[in-house]
Amino acid sequence: MSLKVIKSGILDTIQDNGRYGNQHLGINPAGAMDKYAIQVTNMLVGNKPGEAIIEMHFPAAVFMFTQPALIALGGADFSASINGEPVPTLHAIVVGKNDVLQFHKPVNGARVYLAVGGGLVADNWMNSYSTHLKAKAGGYQGRNLRKDDELLLRQPFSVSVQQEEFIVLPWQADTKWSDDSKEILILPGNEWGRLTTESKENFTMTSFVITQQSDRMGYRLNNIPLHSITNEEVVSSAVSFGTIQLLPDGGLIVLMADHQTTGGYPRVAHVISAHHSKLAQMKAGDKIQFRLTDQQTAEELLIKQQQHLLQLQNACTFRLQQYFNK
Amino acid sequence: MVSSNGFEMHSSIIRYRIFPLGDSAITIDFGNCIDETLNKEVIRRFNQLQQQPFPGMIEAVPAYSSLTIHYDMVALRKKGTDALTIFQWVEQQLLERLEQPVEHSATKERYMKISVCYEKDFAPDIEQLAAIKNISVEEVIQFHTSKTYKVYMLGFLPGFTYMGEVDEKIAIPRKPQPVNIVAGSVGIAGKQTGIYPLASPGGWQIIGRTPLKLFDAKRDEPTLLRVGDLVQFYPVTKKEFEEIKITEL
Repeated sequence: MSLKVIKSGILDTIQDNGRYGNQHLGINPAGAMDKYAIQVTNMLVGNKPGEAIIEMHFPAAVFMFTQPALIALGGADFSASINGEPVPTLHAIVVGKNDVLQFHKPVNGARVYLAVGGGLVADNWMNSYSTHLKAKAGGYQGRNLRKDDELLLRQPFSVSVQQEEFIVLPWQADTKWSDDSKEILILPGNEWGRLTTESKENFTMTSFVITQQSDRMGYRLNNIPLHSITNEEVVSSAVSFGTIQLLPDGGLIVLMADHQTTGGYPRVAHVISAHHSKLAQMKAGDKIQFRLTDQQTAEELLIKQQQHLLQLQNACTFRLQQYFNK
Repeated sequence: MVSSNGFEMHSSIIRYRIFPLGDSAITIDFGNCIDETLNKEVIRRFNQLQQQPFPGMIEAVPAYSSLTIHYDMVALRKKGTDALTIFQWVEQQLLERLEQPVEHSATKERYMKISVCYEKDFAPDIEQLAAIKNISVEEVIQFHTSKTYKVYMLGFLPGFTYMGEVDEKIAIPRKPQPVNIVAGSVGIAGKQTGIYPLASPGGWQIIGRTPLKLFDAKRDEPTLLRVGDLVQFYPVTKKEFEEIKITEL
């Protein structure tokens, strides 16, 4: 009872909500880049929202199921197919023995998530299944997935399905919880005041391009250099997912899931938590437009996202029960 | 001052400021500098929070002169806080705590001895450091091993320790560009000294290597050193290095 990697992707890892409580040891949380997407994708197959899941970048792995399973794809759209037939994202799908799942081209987004009903067997390290690539621990042997890896399912999919072919279940998760604005909302950081007036304006008036030097640790942004009114050093201090640091060359880096626990560059801004998902689905070449907001708005948006997720979870649970008990 | 029950009381006269680190974390900043007194306050407050976390707290991260608390905004909203924002509620919790001096038992700091081989093969930057500082390689080793260092914080990599402070005679700025550094490398950056627990790009000037495993994911406590530890380096030969390394596997 497993999911076999028959061709490896560029960077496919097992991730969950992250590993907390160890940052004082220099151990960063890791976890999924898009924590909203892993929740939605897990809910579609009836898992708890933070269940371990496979995160994939393009080109992604090709998988073969050695037994029937209930799966879902969420996050990015990489034009997935099963046995060559296109399958949609954000739907629960019943797959059969020997079905082959693959991804053809990146249509939108940067990271696709594959959830399997009942969960995957994975290594737990310090209370998380997330792959910590530097520590070589957690997830699947602490590394990215490779050809011939075999991921075991925690539970067999026991519902008997009549058809031979895979089945796309007829409902789709609604992920429209906020407006479609492409803007990324930010809060000023402790060193925001170090930027010159002109650089502050440039920060929100112009857009930034995500460069090729971007990965799970952080995104380097390209634009005219920003200027600081002081060169006073910042003594190393904690940073977070979404922290935007000003580099000595005037460039910016946005810290992502594999960010370091502490940093010594000025923290000029922070992307609000509710927009981490949007950010995580951006890739090299994409443009980012920042807009300043306030603490209250940031909090309200995350609460709104959370309320939406709770409704979605209830809806998914209800639909799955209805479908499999009829 | 020492109270009658043998506990050292710490008066909270240290000044601080509090600022949000995004929308889900808060930082108490005791001063943007490397200072042993401030760092002691950070560690005391950190230990207290570890023992008595406030509701909604995810974790606390001590640094040189600041303490950051990551919190769960959604969990706190469910609690129905009266404050205008969740940040303000968390800030209030911290202010109340900061009003209270931290009582801390006179627990002894751990004293850790770390073997280091300063021989050329393991110390790519030691000769240049000696030349720039106009001292001999032997003197670099002597200065580095003659002091006891405090682990001010961990960060950057799992188990990477920021220790201080080295003698001015061997203090040297980090390299302008990072290079690939071998696990166990012992380096200097300004007046800081530290050990790379894992192979990584880095800019510290490397003057030796320890055979000890500073980080091992398989251990219950994966990092060898903790914040607040006192560390003394002692020189070993390449042969001794290899012997110790075998016992570490």
